Formats: sequence, C-alpha cells, structure tokens
Amino acid sequence: MRRGLVLGALGIAAIAAAGFGVTSATPIDSSPLAGLAGDPAKGEIVFIASGCASCHAAPDTEGDAKLVLAGGQRFASDFGTFIAPNISSDPEAGIGAWSLEDFASAVKKGVSPDGQHYYPAFPYTAYSLMSDQDVVDLWAFWQTLPADATPSQPHEVGFPFNIRRSVGVWKLLYMTDDWVMAEAATPEIELGRYLVEALAHCGECHTPRDALGGLDRSAWLAGAPNPTGRGTIPSLTPEDLTWGPIEIAYYLETGFTPDFDSAGGHMVAVVENFAKLPASDREAVAAYLKALP
Amino acid sequence: MKKHLAAAVAFAALGCGTAAMAQTDFSAELKARQGQFRIMAINLGILGGMAQGKTEYNAEAAQAAADTLVAISMVQQTPMWPAGSDNMSIDGTRAQPTIWEQNDDFLSKWGDFGTAAKAIQAAAAGGVEGLGPVMGQVGGTCSACHDTHRAPAN
Repeated sequence: MRRGLVLGALGIAAIAAAGFGVTSATPIDSSPLAGLAGDPAKGEIVFIASGCASCHAAPDTEGDAKLVLAGGQRFASDFGTFIAPNISSDPEAGIGAWSLEDFASAVKKGVSPDGQHYYPAFPYTAYSLMSDQDVVDLWAFWQTLPADATPSQPHEVGFPFNIRRSVGVWKLLYMTDDWVMAEAATPEIELGRYLVEALAHCGECHTPRDALGGLDRSAWLAGAPNPTGRGTIPSLTPEDLTWGPIEIAYYLETGFTPDFDSAGGHMVAVVENFAKLPASDREAVAAYLKALP
Repeated sequence: MKKHLAAAVAFAALGCGTAAMAQTDFSAELKARQGQFRIMAINLGILGGMAQGKTEYNAEAAQAAADTLVAISMVQQTPMWPAGSDNMSIDGTRAQPTIWEQNDDFLSKWGDFGTAAKAIQAAAAGGVEGLGPVMGQVGGTCSACHDTHRAPAN
C-alpha cells in the first residue's frame, strides 16, 4: 500500500514536471464576485456550517476562543502530518492582508495568493461547490474575527509529497464541479446536498480514499478507515445507517444516537456546529442521506 | 497422602490465582461504571423520546427520568476508576489513559454533566418545549468528555 503510494506520487511528480503549465496554480475568475455585497450575519452561518473553526482554532480551545483561528491542530495522514495554519485576520501571521479574490481562490480552488497549491487536507474539493454569494458573505464575516500573531508551522510532509506542483496533477484528477448526487428530487434534498457535499464536507472522512488520497466517489459516504489510524468512520448510506430522519437530525442537534449513546471523536466538533444551525438544515441533511442510493 | 497434599497445594495455588485475578481484572469497577452510563442512557432515552415527539410528553415520567440523571451525577466516580483500568491495560473498556493523566479535567467534565442534569431537572415538568435546549446541553457535556477520554468503538 505504502509503496504503491510512493510510486504513484513519483509518477505524479514526473507528470508534473512534464506538464508544467497544466499544473500551475491559477487564481479564481473573480468576475462573478464583482457586485456581490457581503452579509456578515449570513457569513457566520456559512462559517459554522463549513466547520472552519473546528480545524483552524488552536488545539483544545472551547467556546468563543474557537473564533481565534490561530491554527496548530495536527492532522495525520498516509502522506505525513498536516498542521492547520493561522487563518486569523492578523495581516502578518494570518490572512488579514488578503483580498476577496485571494480568499475565494483559496477556498474554491485551493490556490494561495502567491500562486501555490494548497494540500487537499484543506477541503477545497468540497468548497469548490460553495456558492459565490456564500464566499462573499463568509469573507464579510471574516472581517469581524480577531487577529492572532501565532506563526503557522510547516507541514511535516516528506518527499515526494512535499512537491507542491504534484498537487496540480492531483487536482486535475480529483477536482470536479459536479455533485455526487446528480439529481436532487426536492428543494430540501438539494439544501442537504449543498450542506453535505459542499459546506460540511462530510465526504472527507466518510468516503474512502484511493491510493493517491482522492475520494472514491463511487463509494460515496460508504465509510472509511479513520485517518488517525484508530477505528473506522461509519458508513452513512441508507443500507448501513438505519436511523430514521428524525434520529439523524436529533443526533446532529444533541450528539445522541438512537440508543442515547453520544458522539465522540471529531464528530463532537461537527455536532457542535450543526447544533447552532437552523433545525431545517439538520432535517435537510437527514433527507439527503435518506435519498442516497 | 502425598498425593492428597499435592492436590491440596495445587488447589490452593489455583484458589490464590483466582483471587489474584479477581483483584486485577477490575470487573466490579467496570460493571459499576458502565452500568451507570446505561442508567443515564435509559433515562435520557425517556426524555429524548418525548423531545423528538416519538412518545407523548408526560411531566411525571420526565421528572422521574431527570431526577435519576441528577442522582447518577452525585455518584462518586473515583472508586470506580482505579489506576490500571484503562483501555491500554485491560480489555472490555474504552476508557483512555487520559482519564488518569488529566484526572482534574475528567472530573470537571463529570461535574459539567451534573450541572446539565440539574438544568434538566428544573425544566422537566415544565412542558415538552423546554426539554430540547437542555437535552442539547447535556448531550454537549457527554460529547465533551467522550471526545477526549473515550476511545472509538471499533
């Protein structure tokens, strides 16, 4: 498995070297953003649904301290350990000096202001489906967040994964503008699809990955090994997740399973976010999950 | 006679062995602490069923369930969590070593459950509308502790 990964990545690095132009990081087309006014109150909802603070707050913070996006949480993977960067509004250590276009390029394309690819530990493959209005609202909310001067730490990623260009090839393979659920039968399922597939990026943990770390969309939300190396992330397909819609929505509100055990691990942060969203959002997620094949 | 003695010695040794086992497998402590979580789950189920609209709201039953949660929150925890009864040392538990390494944090999170249980106790008889928010609060305290101190199920 590991050898396969290394060979695959070497292959990618070779292709990357060959196709220099194809793999360069190009910023987003900013024209759709022009003329959109940001609403910070709506942006806060996008912020919560997207789980920004769950990964970018400093380790072991609780309550309002989670709004200080100082970074520092560690995310182990087969490719090395990624350390969430400072994305607070600090102009030096964070992203306070960014423009809206910089922000939109990062969130929706995984491209940094200086033209580098971000590693897909940052779930821009999901956020690429975020609506332009939501990006603009999110950036408006960002302006209300505190600054923190803690410097970002470098990722602990070895050769060949430290070749950022190779991420360009990875993006060619795995970035898509298509929904996994091609047709949403009702407006509620459509809202659930937006929450699950785009903002809340549920597939990042609940969908298995292939040897190159790309999501296997043919096994969408069908469960996967826990990237921490311990245990399994459960399947959410109707066949495996037998909870009813009310029970799913209730779990997202309170953390209680149908037999009144409670959430653990990273789902605690997810439930904390979903509990703050409108009940209709939690019901929409349940409707979407029940509509999966 | 010699044979009998040997048998007796063997028997005694076996007996000692069993006694030593009983001291180190912590089965009594595991049953006690896992049992208290079961009692919590059953009574949270009564309240949660009403909050979800699965069962009809009944003030008396809700109050009894909430009172039980408060009672459990008053059970002293330390004797049920002897050193060495973590999931790295023995089978049959998901208790992480952090419970002992960060014992103040563990006990403070247990205290948070007690606070949330009292909030449910105060709200339980006041109608089904009041149950939702306090159930969320108690769920948050369960998860906060499980996030750190309980290992994943599989």
